Amino acid sequence: MSAQGDPMSTLVEAPIVAPAMRDGASPFKRIASDFLANPIAVAGLALLGLVVAAAIFAPLISPQNPYDLGQIDILDSKLPPGSPSSTGGTFWLGTDDQGRDMLSAIFYGLRISLAVGVISTVLALVIGLAAGLTAAYVGGRIEQVIMRIVDIQLSFPSILIALILIAVLGQGTGKVITALVTVQWAYYARTVRSAALVEKRKEYIEAAHCLALSPSRIVFRHLLPNCLPPMIVVATVQVAAAIALEATLSFLGLGLPITEPSLGLLIANGYQYLLSGKYWISFFPGLALLLTIVSINLVADQLRDVLNPRLQR
Amino acid sequence: MSGIATDVARSTPLIELRGASKRFVKTLDLAAKIGNRLGANVREEVVHAVDNVDIAVHPGEVVGLVGESGCGKSTLGRLAAGLLALSAGERYWRGHRLGGETPAEARRQQLKLQMIFQDPYASLNPRMRVIDIVGEAPVAHGLIAATKRRDYVAAMLDRVGLDPGLMRRYPHQFSGGQRARIGIARALAVQPEFLVCDESVAALDVSIQAQVLNLFMDLKSALNLTYLFISHDLGVVRYLSDRVVVMYLGRVVETAPTEVLFAAPSHPYTQALLAEVGRVEPKKRTYVPIKGEIPSPLDPPSGCHFHPRCPHAMPRCRESAPPLFDVAPGRRSACWLAEGVS
Amino acid sequence: MTPVLAVEGLRTHFFTRQGVVKAVDDVSFTVARGEVLGLVGESGSGKSMTGYSIMGLIDPPGRIVDGAIRLNGANLRTLPAEGLRRIRGNRVAMIFQDPMMTLNPVLRIDVQMIEAIAAHEKTTPAAARARARDALARVGIPSPDERLAAYPHQFSGGMRQRVAIAIALLNRPDLVIADEPTTALDVTIQGQILYEMQKLTRETGTALIWITHDLSVIAGLADRVCVMYAGRIVEQGSATAVLGAPSHPYTRGLLDSVPSNHPRGGRLAQIPGMTPSLLDLPPGCPFRERCPRAQPDCVVTPLETTRDDGRTIRCHHPLGTAVASMASVR
Repeated sequence: MSAQGDPMSTLVEAPIVAPAMRDGASPFKRIASDFLANPIAVAGLALLGLVVAAAIFAPLISPQNPYDLGQIDILDSKLPPGSPSSTGGTFWLGTDDQGRDMLSAIFYGLRISLAVGVISTVLALVIGLAAGLTAAYVGGRIEQVIMRIVDIQLSFPSILIALILIAVLGQGTGKVITALVTVQWAYYARTVRSAALVEKRKEYIEAAHCLALSPSRIVFRHLLPNCLPPMIVVATVQVAAAIALEATLSFLGLGLPITEPSLGLLIANGYQYLLSGKYWISFFPGLALLLTIVSINLVADQLRDVLNPRLQR
Repeated sequence: MSGIATDVARSTPLIELRGASKRFVKTLDLAAKIGNRLGANVREEVVHAVDNVDIAVHPGEVVGLVGESGCGKSTLGRLAAGLLALSAGERYWRGHRLGGETPAEARRQQLKLQMIFQDPYASLNPRMRVIDIVGEAPVAHGLIAATKRRDYVAAMLDRVGLDPGLMRRYPHQFSGGQRARIGIARALAVQPEFLVCDESVAALDVSIQAQVLNLFMDLKSALNLTYLFISHDLGVVRYLSDRVVVMYLGRVVETAPTEVLFAAPSHPYTQALLAEVGRVEPKKRTYVPIKGEIPSPLDPPSGCHFHPRCPHAMPRCRESAPPLFDVAPGRRSACWLAEGVS
Repeated sequence: MTPVLAVEGLRTHFFTRQGVVKAVDDVSFTVARGEVLGLVGESGSGKSMTGYSIMGLIDPPGRIVDGAIRLNGANLRTLPAEGLRRIRGNRVAMIFQDPMMTLNPVLRIDVQMIEAIAAHEKTTPAAARARARDALARVGIPSPDERLAAYPHQFSGGMRQRVAIAIALLNRPDLVIADEPTTALDVTIQGQILYEMQKLTRETGTALIWITHDLSVIAGLADRVCVMYAGRIVEQGSATAVLGAPSHPYTRGLLDSVPSNHPRGGRLAQIPGMTPSLLDLPPGCPFRERCPRAQPDCVVTPLETTRDDGRTIRCHHPLGTAVASMASVR
């Protein structure tokens, strides 16, 4: 509808005001203060903080080390939540079929899941950035080749690629990370290429050319920092996706080995007991996974709004 | 006035473009090529942004380059500054042909030709502090030692009328006029001899524009600079320039010393353009517009590009494009009516 | 005779996280039938916000906090949403700087124009189409029948703006507000548009508010002019009087900044400093810190005073009166 007949038109934005001279407010500080002003963002960040803290301090806060065979007792197995342990403590979330305390297993599992998720995301980010920036800056044939590889890769379901890779490479932590990186890099490459193409046309890049700066300096000092905001959002969401993918692989028995049980493996362990009433063996790891992924997505979502200049108030 | 013009004309131009052309071609992609094989007649789109232009700027001169959208003035400015490669023609600096230098020589040469951009918001890297924006290139090219960077940037900012104490701030903390000044400081930091100002004051408020224009004139005399000033605002061009070049759809249609051009324009397009120059005379005026739209650069009219809108068009104008005729010393006009005048 | 539009004490404030932005701060003016009023100012002066306020296009965090907007006597602020919708596009129309703010890129021109007509009166599609065709012809668009079937992207910038003007004039409004409609257009196209507007207002008697920063357009087009600074009208009067013999130092400074008023080679008289942030206005006259005539008593906000000849001025020491000392202008 044209503006002339529409009472709900939202054409008018707040007037542009000559900026008050705030002392040395770097873009980062500005973003941080905008982010923290939003209650949903703060809640998401707090939840994520709890999850990360639990993962980092797992050995300190767990009632027992669930993978120390000396500490677990098969007689404690499959106890419901709240049951007393034979050593005097309480199994707050119950025990699994080996007698491990679920709470401790979840803390240790979070560690593995987060570590694998973050490492694979960072590696994929670096590779994707390199590929996407090269494609955008160099252009021509090289760009076509890189982007066609990206297109082909993105047209396959990620789980399919991961399964094929695991089948070829075998199992193991390094191989799982390789599979996750392979699945993810293409998404970053495509995102950073779009951002870089937009930035490349802007006058400050033209000015850098005019000042005869070297191509590597232009790419790393001028182009890259301005392509990062969308990348940060994508990377944050992708950490959650990587964790979920790893959990899927572990659930299917193709992921991390038993010696490094992630949340996915814990869920798999308890799967067979779900219908016989011993829900807690799968349920609580599942809940922990859910909370992790939700908090990451909340933070990523709010981060995207904060970094979007058109939504600035 | 004419004495200065002839003195200037006798010296070697600082920068000169001869027969300069720039074509932007949208090549056919795979789908279009297949389509052509199958009988569809998809043509390559070629825009002759700049079409066989000769332009020379002498040391110490301010040449104003005017025209409307699609005339190619911004493209010509970038060709002169070395930001775009010529599709045809040659570029000369102080009489020496450019092209074929070693990378080091090319870099040194490039620093002598700087550009001041239009958009004060997009022309500064939003993630760099002002000290880095202004100081990066001089340090990278070895013009100053890294330890002297702070003092050097302070001197640059002071020269453009900005408080050096603000150098650790980011561009978003400055107003449009201040950002324009930062852009000028950045260009001056590499000690150029020739500046191309591409609509540098178009985005500024009138009162800020006056400040920046005064700054340009002060810098010109203090630093012995030469300008190519690109603008659609004829009032600004008249105020600043010694000589004016008028472009239409990629070609130069007229060139003359400023006062001569504004007093008695020769080419019909210039006449129409000047009729629209805003004067703040406190009396109502009746607008008598020129008819027709500016044609698309993708499909320019044949012969003289201006003939569909020209009140004096003859059949010859449709058939062939007139070259630039000399109508007086220092004045040239690309119009069949000017043939045989001088 | 009742003026077509009477704005009294309009205040529009934006309540942002950093503070209250008083975009429009006590603005009053009238527009008579067939008159062209120029609203002149630089960025941040509040001229566009005044236009949006009259049309009712201010959204949160902005709000009209005070004042009356009387269209043919009726106060627009007291109307319910439905009443405002009936007036907008019908009795009052707006033309924006970017014609794509009026035109929907995915609809054909005839669909959009017929919709604008049908929103305000009951007619048959054929009659509406005929009216649309006539409107296009009136703004100087060649082959209007073919052009009706086109999409906005098939027009050039100048043509699009003409279509936007045609839509604005479709329902024969009493008042048209034009917000910098020619700023983004080439000079020769601007000439064409100004010619059309002048012709149309003379023929139809429509009142026109022309918002711009370009003094030369106002000089050629407007009957009366309001000069705005930091959300307030600092000077108001007939265009000949205000531009020929300005009373407010800011108006004088603006006129002196325009290069076409200067001989070559001399320095442009510039207004030092820059517009203060609307979040952080100094007390008293907002122009005080840049004014060469500022005196100690300018820390008291000047009120709008009306002179005998009908001009209003908001200044303690207008041009033409003596001052104790003058600050030097760089």
